[in-house]
Amino acid sequence: MTGAALTAARPSRPFRPAREAALPASIFLLFALLPLLAALTARQYLLDIGARMMIFAIAALALDLLVGYGGLISFGHAAFIGLGAYAVGILSAHGIGDALIALPVAVAVAMLFASLTGIVCLRTRGVYFIMITLAFGQMAYFIASSLAPYGGDNGLTVAARNTIAGWPLLKSDRAFYYFAFVCLLATYLFCRALVASRFGRVLRGAKDNAVRMATIGFTVRRFQHVAYVLAGGLGGLSGFLLANSTEFVSPAYMSWQQSGELIVMVILGGVGTLDGAIIGSVAYLLAEEWLSGLVENWKVIFGSALVLVVLFARGGLIGLAGRFARWFSHA
Amino acid sequence: MLRLERLRKSFGSLVVTDDVTLDVAPGEMHAIIGPNGAGKTTLIDQVSGLTAPDDGSILFAGADITALPPQARALRGLARSFQITSILPAFTVLENVALAVQARAGSSLRFFGRAAAETALNAPAMAALEQAGIAERAQARAGELSHGEKRALELAIALAMKPTLLLLDEPMAGIGREETERLVELLLRLKGQLTMILVEHDMAAVFALADRISVLIRGRLLVTGTPADVRADPQVVTAYLGEQME
Amino acid sequence: MTSTLFLVQVLNGLQLGVLLFLIAAGLTLVFGVMDFINLAHGVQYMLGAYLAVAFYGAVGNFLIALLLALVAALAFGLLLDFLVFRHLYERDHLDQVIATFGVILFLNHAVRVVWGAAPLTLPVPDFFSGSVALTDGQLYPVWRLVIIASGLAIAAALYALVNFTRIGMLVRAGATNARMVSALGVNIKRLFMIVFGFGTMLAGFAGIMIAPIISVEPGMGDNILILALVVIVIGGIGSIRGAFVAALLIGLVDTLGRSFSIDILRLMMGPSPARMAGPAIASMLIYVLMAIVLYLRPAGLFPAKGRLR
Repeated sequence: MTGAALTAARPSRPFRPAREAALPASIFLLFALLPLLAALTARQYLLDIGARMMIFAIAALALDLLVGYGGLISFGHAAFIGLGAYAVGILSAHGIGDALIALPVAVAVAMLFASLTGIVCLRTRGVYFIMITLAFGQMAYFIASSLAPYGGDNGLTVAARNTIAGWPLLKSDRAFYYFAFVCLLATYLFCRALVASRFGRVLRGAKDNAVRMATIGFTVRRFQHVAYVLAGGLGGLSGFLLANSTEFVSPAYMSWQQSGELIVMVILGGVGTLDGAIIGSVAYLLAEEWLSGLVENWKVIFGSALVLVVLFARGGLIGLAGRFARWFSHA
Repeated sequence: MLRLERLRKSFGSLVVTDDVTLDVAPGEMHAIIGPNGAGKTTLIDQVSGLTAPDDGSILFAGADITALPPQARALRGLARSFQITSILPAFTVLENVALAVQARAGSSLRFFGRAAAETALNAPAMAALEQAGIAERAQARAGELSHGEKRALELAIALAMKPTLLLLDEPMAGIGREETERLVELLLRLKGQLTMILVEHDMAAVFALADRISVLIRGRLLVTGTPADVRADPQVVTAYLGEQME
Repeated sequence: MTSTLFLVQVLNGLQLGVLLFLIAAGLTLVFGVMDFINLAHGVQYMLGAYLAVAFYGAVGNFLIALLLALVAALAFGLLLDFLVFRHLYERDHLDQVIATFGVILFLNHAVRVVWGAAPLTLPVPDFFSGSVALTDGQLYPVWRLVIIASGLAIAAALYALVNFTRIGMLVRAGATNARMVSALGVNIKRLFMIVFGFGTMLAGFAGIMIAPIISVEPGMGDNILILALVVIVIGGIGSIRGAFVAALLIGLVDTLGRSFSIDILRLMMGPSPARMAGPAIASMLIYVLMAIVLYLRPAGLFPAKGRLR
């Protein structure tokens, strides 16, 4: 059974709120408690890693909407993150450092890019779509690299984290962490609602059988375009947070390797589950932290692990957990 | 209701639709028969909008729909069932039909609210399922249905669209005798309420249902007439029915 | 902007184009015939370069090193196919993307482990070193002309192979409808292997030929892979002719764009904004070109006719 067949085979189960909320509730609880752990163990960098996980989880959720629910394999998703980050950086370079301006601008720029490139991308399908999204991502990367006044290849330091209505509320790492937490929670709830809504159903239907949807009366491309723009906007949000977190923006945020890593995060957790996007981001970044500490050329191991996961562990971590649970209950 | 004017379609040097002109009256049940490879499905594809003809025009309820995409035709009341079952296997049977209802129910750009729980969509969907005879399978996953049940689902989806013209592409292919009889009964009940074009090989069903029959051979419309006319026409007997009659 | 400078840049553009063609040809066939997204194709190019450097270090003769490297690149490609790619042919594109992405990560860093991260060099073979005088004393490196010539020769040979031989016919048929070809009794697995092997060798050859001019380093295949993907998207998946036209087009547009963007812009705006906007616009050019082509023809310029996928 291919990956697509696996995700397509996920049944529309009857709604069981309690059971279904257990996993995400636990994840969010763990995230909420992390600052406590950081304070207890006096490991401030945990806040940093935790924030980073949440930031990428937001981007991964957006990507899961496209890949897992829309069947649109976008290999240029990092561009939206980068655009959001650069919005913050460029505004900051010109003395505008307030989130009330920077956040809407970041999201708007990303959505605009998504809308324009989406017009072209969505005229293609399958392999072409993957490659054209990849190419547009590269385009964004090269534009950013050539912006000499904004650091070019080397990137740009952001003077300080964004203020909110003039107040330096995000200055403390813990405050910023909780801000990112709220953003992630909001993103997750939005995605959950979207997927179950009328709009989400059309998107999922198009993934299952686009011809059928057309003959029922849906202009599939229009819905996919809206989804693409929404995902872009969420990516922009992620970029806004990333720029604030690291206080630095760089073209590397939009590299195609970064886009690839985002897809990996989604697949790793379990594509088409939303929960998997968060789990995948956490797992990926943890592995990155841990492995890079162990071995210098850790990507050799990581690359091979990736290949093995694809070949043998379909359904990602959530799929593995499910199979493990079933095997365990039979033992 | 439907008028095909000099429709032509070729794939390279192979002519699959050869100057087809056809009139279907409102409320009529019009059958199209012909040997395999005659181009029947390609003709249906052109009417439903999945394939563009090279030449000629298609008029639906007086309006020229030749350039319209399939979704626009669907919203004007043109529904179709597929020869090779085309449903949404990952969704429940009910949701398959509810989506067809949703397409005509106005805004699908709603980002909130659980679509699967909407009575406004589910009620008409259940009605269509009952008409098609598979209401009891509403909560089953469409991918797990038997072949006959999937064909019934195809029909339910088409009916839920409240069409004025229904294109049925070999609906009885591969289903058992009992189900075929049930389908014929259903189609008889629908006769007069909407216009139907039926592409079929099952001659018994065709002669029981059709008001008029067109015979398509190698892309060309050979004969159009009442079942009696067609049965008696020597050209048809030689070219096609001859084998069946034995 | 003198006409000689223009000529030089046109030649550079042709050289890039020819290089892109060598890489894109294998890529487009693999996509077309096997429906396999091989992001790791750029790595074959990188390996060709590294193997050339390694063999040259051992034997001291470019030609021998080239032949050995070609064989080794082919062997390595077939090994990768056996270990990884073969299992991906039946999988969907998402799985293929992730797995080949993993292969890129693995090999980019494995190369670093074996040869270190510092860029390596390969000397131009003596016979072809030095420069040739174009008009009025402008010199142009002979080796670049060799690259152009060999690339065009291979393009001609490929054209003849694909259009006039039986194997070529099978490949063209496979690019249109692989299942049908298989149903006709052709050993599709062997066809796949031949197509794949050939593509691998072309990419390796490109890497070997370019090695004397650029620095050989980990990750050198990544950017050229993206360009090659743009080439086959514009040219049409499965089409060698499309790959050729698109590769030359992109090579020329990109090179001329980068060289003359500032000059062209200066005709429209002041020197300072031109200097700022020039590089940005130059880097965007081929993507804008791709967007325009795909908007007008979503299947590329020369799609393999009647593709059912």
